[in-house]
Amino acid sequence: MMKSLLPQSQLRRSAAAAAARSSGGGAASGGADGAGSDGGAGGRAPAASTFWFLLHALCCLVSLFLGFRFSRLLFVLLFSTTALYSSTSSSSSSAVLRATTTTTTTTTTTTTTTNTITLSFAATANPPPSTSANYTALDSAASGTSGHTQSHVVVGRHGIRIRPWPHPDPVEVMRAHRIMERVQEEQRRWYGIKEPRQVLVVTPTYSRAFQALHLTGLLHSLRNVPYPLTWIVVEAGGTTNATASLLARSGLTIVHIPFPDRMPHDWADRHATENRMRLHALRVIRERKMDGVIVFADDSNVHSLELFDEVQKVQWMGAVSVGILAHTGTAGQPRLSEEDKQNMPLPVQGPACNSSGQLVGWHTFNSLPFAGKTATVVGEAAPVLPRGLEWAGFVLNSRMLWKEAEGKPDWVKDLDAVGENGEEIENPLTLLNDPSSVEPLGNCGRKVLLWWLRVEARADSKFPQGWVIQPPLEVVVPAKRTPWPETTAVLSSELLDTKQDQEDRRLSRTNRSSRSRSTTKRKGDVQGQEN
Amino acid sequence: MVSMMGSRAGWRRRAVVLLLVAVSLSAMPATLAAAAAADSVEAGREAEQHTERISGSAGDVLEDNPVGRLKVFIYDLPRKYNKKMVTKDSRCLNHMFAAEIFMHRFLLSSAVRTLNPKEADWFYAPVYTTCDLTPAGLPLPFKSPRVMRSAIQYISNKWPYWNRTDGADHFFVAPHDFGACFHYQEEKAIERGILPLLQRATLVQTFGQENHVCLKEGSIIIPPYAPPQKMQAHLIPPDTPRSIFVYFRGLFYDTGNDPEGGYYARGARASLWENFKNNPLFDISTDHPPTYYEDMQRAVFCLCPLGWAPWSPRLVEAVVFGCIPVIIADDIVLPFADAIPWEEIGVFVEEKDVPKLDTILTSMPIDDILRKQRLLANPSMKQAMLFPQPAQPRDAFHQILNGLARKLPHPEGVYLQPGEKRLNWTAGPVGDLKAW
Repeated sequence: MMKSLLPQSQLRRSAAAAAARSSGGGAASGGADGAGSDGGAGGRAPAASTFWFLLHALCCLVSLFLGFRFSRLLFVLLFSTTALYSSTSSSSSSAVLRATTTTTTTTTTTTTTTNTITLSFAATANPPPSTSANYTALDSAASGTSGHTQSHVVVGRHGIRIRPWPHPDPVEVMRAHRIMERVQEEQRRWYGIKEPRQVLVVTPTYSRAFQALHLTGLLHSLRNVPYPLTWIVVEAGGTTNATASLLARSGLTIVHIPFPDRMPHDWADRHATENRMRLHALRVIRERKMDGVIVFADDSNVHSLELFDEVQKVQWMGAVSVGILAHTGTAGQPRLSEEDKQNMPLPVQGPACNSSGQLVGWHTFNSLPFAGKTATVVGEAAPVLPRGLEWAGFVLNSRMLWKEAEGKPDWVKDLDAVGENGEEIENPLTLLNDPSSVEPLGNCGRKVLLWWLRVEARADSKFPQGWVIQPPLEVVVPAKRTPWPETTAVLSSELLDTKQDQEDRRLSRTNRSSRSRSTTKRKGDVQGQEN
Repeated sequence: MVSMMGSRAGWRRRAVVLLLVAVSLSAMPATLAAAAAADSVEAGREAEQHTERISGSAGDVLEDNPVGRLKVFIYDLPRKYNKKMVTKDSRCLNHMFAAEIFMHRFLLSSAVRTLNPKEADWFYAPVYTTCDLTPAGLPLPFKSPRVMRSAIQYISNKWPYWNRTDGADHFFVAPHDFGACFHYQEEKAIERGILPLLQRATLVQTFGQENHVCLKEGSIIIPPYAPPQKMQAHLIPPDTPRSIFVYFRGLFYDTGNDPEGGYYARGARASLWENFKNNPLFDISTDHPPTYYEDMQRAVFCLCPLGWAPWSPRLVEAVVFGCIPVIIADDIVLPFADAIPWEEIGVFVEEKDVPKLDTILTSMPIDDILRKQRLLANPSMKQAMLFPQPAQPRDAFHQILNGLARKLPHPEGVYLQPGEKRLNWTAGPVGDLKAW
């Protein structure tokens, strides 16, 4: 297919031969193909041929000087009266000879002086003789020796058609995107999940400073889930308007359930309360006979969309791998030895499989390196760790909870039997008689589909109600100074104390009485600077 | 009287109408059931059908089995015509012209082969005319006419079957740029025309363009060879969303052979570049990405513009990867055109309409696009474009045999009268007459 062997001269000569036949009419002006005039002059009077030769030489010299083949340009200019710069969309067949020239983009040095002189068939009285000869001669060249019916596909040199505004049309771009959306929808229908099940998302929450942060993130994740979804939000301390307004903005189907107990400030108690809230939600699901796949989405966790694709595959109960992000806080970083760092297991909780893909155990988060340094109170600047297996790593088929469901396996305990005596429900495995029947999802736990994180502010942190500032803040800012100190309030007070100590110690060495007044003054200065 | 007659005629007419209605009503569920049964058997899915059966102008023939419908006798040519060429340069097995070699190998072990030439319907002479490669790997066609001529002389001297029909029941595989014109440059190829000795034989070639010198009537157009294993190795999950609108990788200007521009691809590829290089919907460039096959599977439309010749392996790749081919080559004849209704599967854009390509593609009705994708998803369609080793049912080898079988029985003029000669053994350029 490639002609890389053909030496250039040979190519040009053959091109010249074709072009020569084409410009046989000879009435073209100096714009004739340079090489063409060589061969084309063959059958004509010698005077004419020398004239063309000299003209060609002159054109070559001028082109050499200018740096591009201006002969084509000249041709176009001479015929510009008959040329219409029409875009190719106007294709009405007029009787006027239309030379649709698509422009001269002399962009690159090698080629693109693009002129197409393409004729429409209805020619008027005086078409330029060369061009018509052009057409017929090429035609005969194409069909010459064969005697076939002539093809309208012409061999030889063609112009490069460029429309006057070669840029995308925004309306067409939008149409293309809609086409792609529709194609992708069909793809999902053919190759994706056949019957998408509803996703029931269970989230325990309560009103606090970080609630808006966490719930907004979760809300956006859930809005992008392509399956029908119901969001079951259990709120500790009863439903509040703040939470309700946040949820109402989501546009999702929400079930907002109040939970009577308030959320405690202690992490251990908080985990227990959350577990009870989740069980409460499961009971509601059972009462209302909601059908679908239950995903436990804690409000501070981050979920990937593949999680929701993966959970569609669950039969009764599945387990996914959860990445555990133990936020260590600013102070009290556990100083780990190099050995400790080597032996640190991956911060992933999830199912463990053997080589044939069956569940054999569980990976849990190793909290030993953090022993003694974890946070006890919500909002403390210390790592918050999961306990055992987190609920977030499990998905249930809601039919498992129903009293009567066909095909419900016997290794599932009845929900009423669980949590009756106020015992601690650590993880969903207590809902089962036989924990080995859990299905590992996400390529047998190899894919981490969500991340567990607990980040909270102190329980007494102030935040504007509903994050609306009412009444507007009043800030008095001195014109020449920034209102904020360069150091934080805590640090400045510490520094102040240490500085005070240093001052006192120094002064105690010298004469205290004479300097006492100056120290107070200095103290005042220092204070002024600090503030 | 008149009224009586009128009513009788009317009754007859009404009866006819009722009969027709009844027939159509009964036929409809029957056809629906048949179609449904065929579909469910075909796709094996109870849910929505996402492929569609393909039937071209010759009918629903893509799945025919040629075994038993024809017999092919393979001439035993000396090694210099075939095997020696391959051993000299084994790149012949990987380039896009490799169909001739694989066709030979397939026929050697196929059930349609017969060792008794007296009962053969078709005769095959395995001459590898595109196996003479340059150091760069491109085939040189300069000796091909002589090679072919020498082979034909050999078979006409050694066996009587060539002279019996002057080659009318013989077929040859000529997968070069312009088929049996044996030249890579179109003007030269047109000048030479098809080798005169092959005037009566059937040509199996990749080149096809209507009203062109190098396309003989009755030729079977085949797809170019594309390595099936390589394509299989790059499949991605079919639910990966198609997020590229138009995809193309290849040259737009061939500055090596066409420095002035305007010759290569009749200016169509250059026009594509100049019009759409800034268009975000068009992912076109001259890169050689390692993810070429994967990208095609993520694209809705794949451009298949002409190059120096109108055909290219891009068509095969597009069909295998489910990307709707946009064919920009005036008057091209596509592979197995009687078995595959290309108009329904691909989009044909004339070279002069290239600047409007974005308008054309975005204004296609979405149902058409989805239907084309369904047709492309038909596994028979993909199989028909491939030359797998070993051969599999319904692949390109079988489609070639089907095409040959459809040409049977041979028409009257095939067998010559004793003493009659149709071929002119001295026609053609003088250089071709030299022995090889």
